[in-house]
Amino acid sequence: MTEIDFEKIGLKVGLEIHQQLNTNKKLFCKCRPIESDEYTEKFSRSLRTAKSELGELDPAALFEKTKSKKINYYANSQSSCLVEKDEEPPHDLDHNAKKISLLISSMLESKIFSEIHVMRKTVIDGSNTTGFQRTMLISQGGNLKVKEKKIGVQAVCLEEDAAKLLKDEQNERDYSLDRLGVPLVEIALEPVSTKPSEVKEIALTLGRNLRVTGNMKRGIGSIRQDVNISVMNSGVVEVKGVQQLDQLEEIIDYEAKRQHGLILIAEKLKKLSITITKEDIFDITESFKVCDSKIIQNALKSNAKIKAIRIRNFSGMFGFEPYPRIRLGKEIGQQVRFFGIGGVFHSDELPNYGITDSDVDKVRKHLELVDKDGFLIIAGEDPKLDYTINSIIKRIQDAVNGVPAETRAATQDGETVFLRPRPGASRMYPETDIPSIGVTSEEIKIARNKADTTPTWDKAITEIQKKYNLNHQQAEQIFDSEYMELFEKICENKKNSPNFVASILCSSITNLERQGLHTTLLKPEHIIESFELLASDKIPKESLEIIFESIMSGKSGNVLTAMQSTNVSSIDEYKLNEILDKIIQNNMELVKKLEDKAITTLMGIAMKEVRGKASGKIVNELLEQKIKNTIKK
Amino acid sequence: MSEEQGYSGNALDCLKKYNTKVGDSIKITADLTYSGILMPRYESGDDKHLVLKLGSGYNVGINVDEIQKIQIVSSLEVKPEQSEERKDDPKLPKILLLSTGGTIASKVDYRTGAVTPALTASDINEAVPELEKLANIDAEVLFSEYSENLQPDHWTEIAEKLDSVANSDYKGILIAHGTDTMHYTSAFLSFALAGFPIPVVLVGSQRSSDRPSSDAAINLIAASKFLVESNTKGIFLVMHHNDNDQTVACHAGTRVRKNHTSKRGAFETMGSDPAFIVTPTLEIKKNIQDEFFKDAKYNPRMKIDTKVALVKYHPGYDPKLIENLIQTGCKAIIFEGTGLGHVGRTMYDVVKNAQENDLFLGMTSQCIDGRVRMTVYESGRDLLELGITPLENMTPETSLVKAMWALGNSKDIDQVRSLMLENIASEF
Repeated sequence: MTEIDFEKIGLKVGLEIHQQLNTNKKLFCKCRPIESDEYTEKFSRSLRTAKSELGELDPAALFEKTKSKKINYYANSQSSCLVEKDEEPPHDLDHNAKKISLLISSMLESKIFSEIHVMRKTVIDGSNTTGFQRTMLISQGGNLKVKEKKIGVQAVCLEEDAAKLLKDEQNERDYSLDRLGVPLVEIALEPVSTKPSEVKEIALTLGRNLRVTGNMKRGIGSIRQDVNISVMNSGVVEVKGVQQLDQLEEIIDYEAKRQHGLILIAEKLKKLSITITKEDIFDITESFKVCDSKIIQNALKSNAKIKAIRIRNFSGMFGFEPYPRIRLGKEIGQQVRFFGIGGVFHSDELPNYGITDSDVDKVRKHLELVDKDGFLIIAGEDPKLDYTINSIIKRIQDAVNGVPAETRAATQDGETVFLRPRPGASRMYPETDIPSIGVTSEEIKIARNKADTTPTWDKAITEIQKKYNLNHQQAEQIFDSEYMELFEKICENKKNSPNFVASILCSSITNLERQGLHTTLLKPEHIIESFELLASDKIPKESLEIIFESIMSGKSGNVLTAMQSTNVSSIDEYKLNEILDKIIQNNMELVKKLEDKAITTLMGIAMKEVRGKASGKIVNELLEQKIKNTIKK
Repeated sequence: MSEEQGYSGNALDCLKKYNTKVGDSIKITADLTYSGILMPRYESGDDKHLVLKLGSGYNVGINVDEIQKIQIVSSLEVKPEQSEERKDDPKLPKILLLSTGGTIASKVDYRTGAVTPALTASDINEAVPELEKLANIDAEVLFSEYSENLQPDHWTEIAEKLDSVANSDYKGILIAHGTDTMHYTSAFLSFALAGFPIPVVLVGSQRSSDRPSSDAAINLIAASKFLVESNTKGIFLVMHHNDNDQTVACHAGTRVRKNHTSKRGAFETMGSDPAFIVTPTLEIKKNIQDEFFKDAKYNPRMKIDTKVALVKYHPGYDPKLIENLIQTGCKAIIFEGTGLGHVGRTMYDVVKNAQENDLFLGMTSQCIDGRVRMTVYESGRDLLELGITPLENMTPETSLVKAMWALGNSKDIDQVRSLMLENIASEF
């Protein structure tokens, strides 16, 4: 990793976490937040925006873009009703969600408002069927203690979670309504001058403080982080959707470099004089009809035009990489994809991608370029092409100033990609279907008491250690993991050793995940069933990991199938003795040579063969016995 | 909303004390300092809070008792609304849009949170730009009422307005109307303006038009396309066909009913498919076989007599209630009977009484869908003998409206009965 001085570049990070509450009920209706893959209903909508709502981007362009997508919604009647479908007004606010929010505000010493107003925040991408998210401000101010520091709290809000994106294509988008309406508490922290590792610490602390209340939903996606990142002289960039804490550091690191990289690029650009006008846009469709590039050919097939943009003095500026993987050319490519155009070519990377030297010469001649000039080639249909070109020109102009404020998404690879322009002001107006919600001093008192009597995270960990006889690290791990609830459930019947359960849930499953297998396939039922089988001696300890592997790799859909396909079950003694005798026979030389010490090698061979069907302990005992007997002979 | 914009009592006193009004940018010193814009308050709120819109956009309620000081940072200047000049396309047909209430288009002012209805043609075109390509729209506001507050007088007002443009060059007439009683209005217009030469469409929205998911725009666009292309006469009600933003249904104004409190596809034609369907690609598909108006000649009869009662019979219904109706001068009773058109025998005496008092008695069914047929069972036959007129498959609401209309435009009860049984506007 390239080293960077975060303090020197003035890195500031404001963390925002969204945590789902485990009220087992949605915020404005009676539905249960059940996630399923089966959908009983499908319907389609199109959301409209008024031209006036569109902020900085060319209104017409964004209007076209938002207008044309058809949105398909999938719903399961168990978890969605007419409220989620926007076919019915919302019901009253869930009282439990309100109580938990007040508790969280109290814990953070945040000042609770005596009257709460539910607002509509316009969201036009389809993730809310109504076209807005219902959200309300519960409290303002406060602080979070992280080690010796106090991090300021900006606000605590209660809001509904959005629908989950299933598919996003050129003209259509699919969403599932399972998650829509699940209560979320949003905690926004004040931006702090910091390092990526410190932000991870802050997020971890905040998450832990919340989990101690026992009111938080667990599992993948139940807590999501957004970060607002800026460096000195830059706009504030909002990075959304950091799902796992491990990613946080990586992403902040990348974004800090991206932003500082753009500042370095801006410094160079300021020395050149960059102007782009209508005269710099050329239609090169005719001359590119014979171009070999697949992308160009495909575009031509669909009646697209090919245009080139001349940018004087720009040679080298697209490809200049102040940090690895940070280039202006990449930024422009992402902008272009926002409009649904596949890609854009820039002069620093050509010839390439099927565009030859002679093609490049043609362009340079057509555009009357000299050596230090640069150009872009882009293909698309009118009028989308024109809007896109306008946005590219704007992006280049922004690049001269440094880092434009925008909203980006976190990727699985630890990078950030352009998501949408940052809206100017929050598009919020009152949710008139719901009257304002009063908060009595009694309610505040109750929240305050609860906050005072909620144990700190440290105490909670100590409790778990004591209760289940775990060491500190195990207790921490299981508490932080998504399996805490499951762990307690499995240990309830006292038939399995908590130590063992914890290590399977934390270490083994994580190991399998690191090998590339999918934890989402391993459902709580599978885990519970496996431990029950173990508790009733139907399978040996070693088989658990094998069963989990089979399920997580997709080879088996349930425990029974996993057992059958991997041949895991308790082997009967007779068979076991047969196998062990054979092994000794086949390795007679070794036994004679090493005597007792041969057991190490033979154990290896034996365990491979009985793989999961017998416990190591028993195999060891039997082998030891057999070796002894053999030597005697 | 009054001058005080929803504030009263203690809250209003507080505003007066600091001489601040809604729209002002203020700084409130309480336990903390809050900066924001003073918002209007809904009348249903208590008098103990001021509503402030913070910089983040959130509204919060600040307890008046905790306020130590309010400083005015700046006052809102009221800028006169700039209306754009609208350019008409001479090639396009003309449509008249009459507003009666229900906002078919609106604008949100995020600064104040106010949702203002788009009433002028240019406002509507800005909210629904697709209309500009379909027709030149003249917009007029007749009145502005939630449709649950509409009375038969309003129906007459609408009818008279339509009558006044019967000979105009409008290709069609759009009436923006609240959804609660849209089917009552459409029924009245169907009878009062029988044979009207220009197609008329009532259009509304189930989901408020300020939200991006509103059904308003699609309904408006489909309604306009229908008016411009269908080349038909009649009074129609245009709303979403189902929960998808795809097909839009054009229901015959006398056969339609609101069958759900909130769904987009709440309106349904009883007993058959909607008269016309507008597909997602804006093609018009015709389902009805016959002409909407049975007599092609325009015959406006706009008088109305509202002394009609709609009575939903149920077990335990007190016959004395009917006596009361007779005594208070009711001239017609439309029964919503059970099943094929029945009321219990406890009612027979009082029905006879009504008939002897020259009230018109019509029978419809509370099953809503299906046909009343009183010859099948004894109860039905008894009631026929007592003088009840079966109204076949006319919906209760349409029957009620038709009775009011028939009474207003007849000399005697026989004429009323004959009008009630005559198929005028596809009501059977």
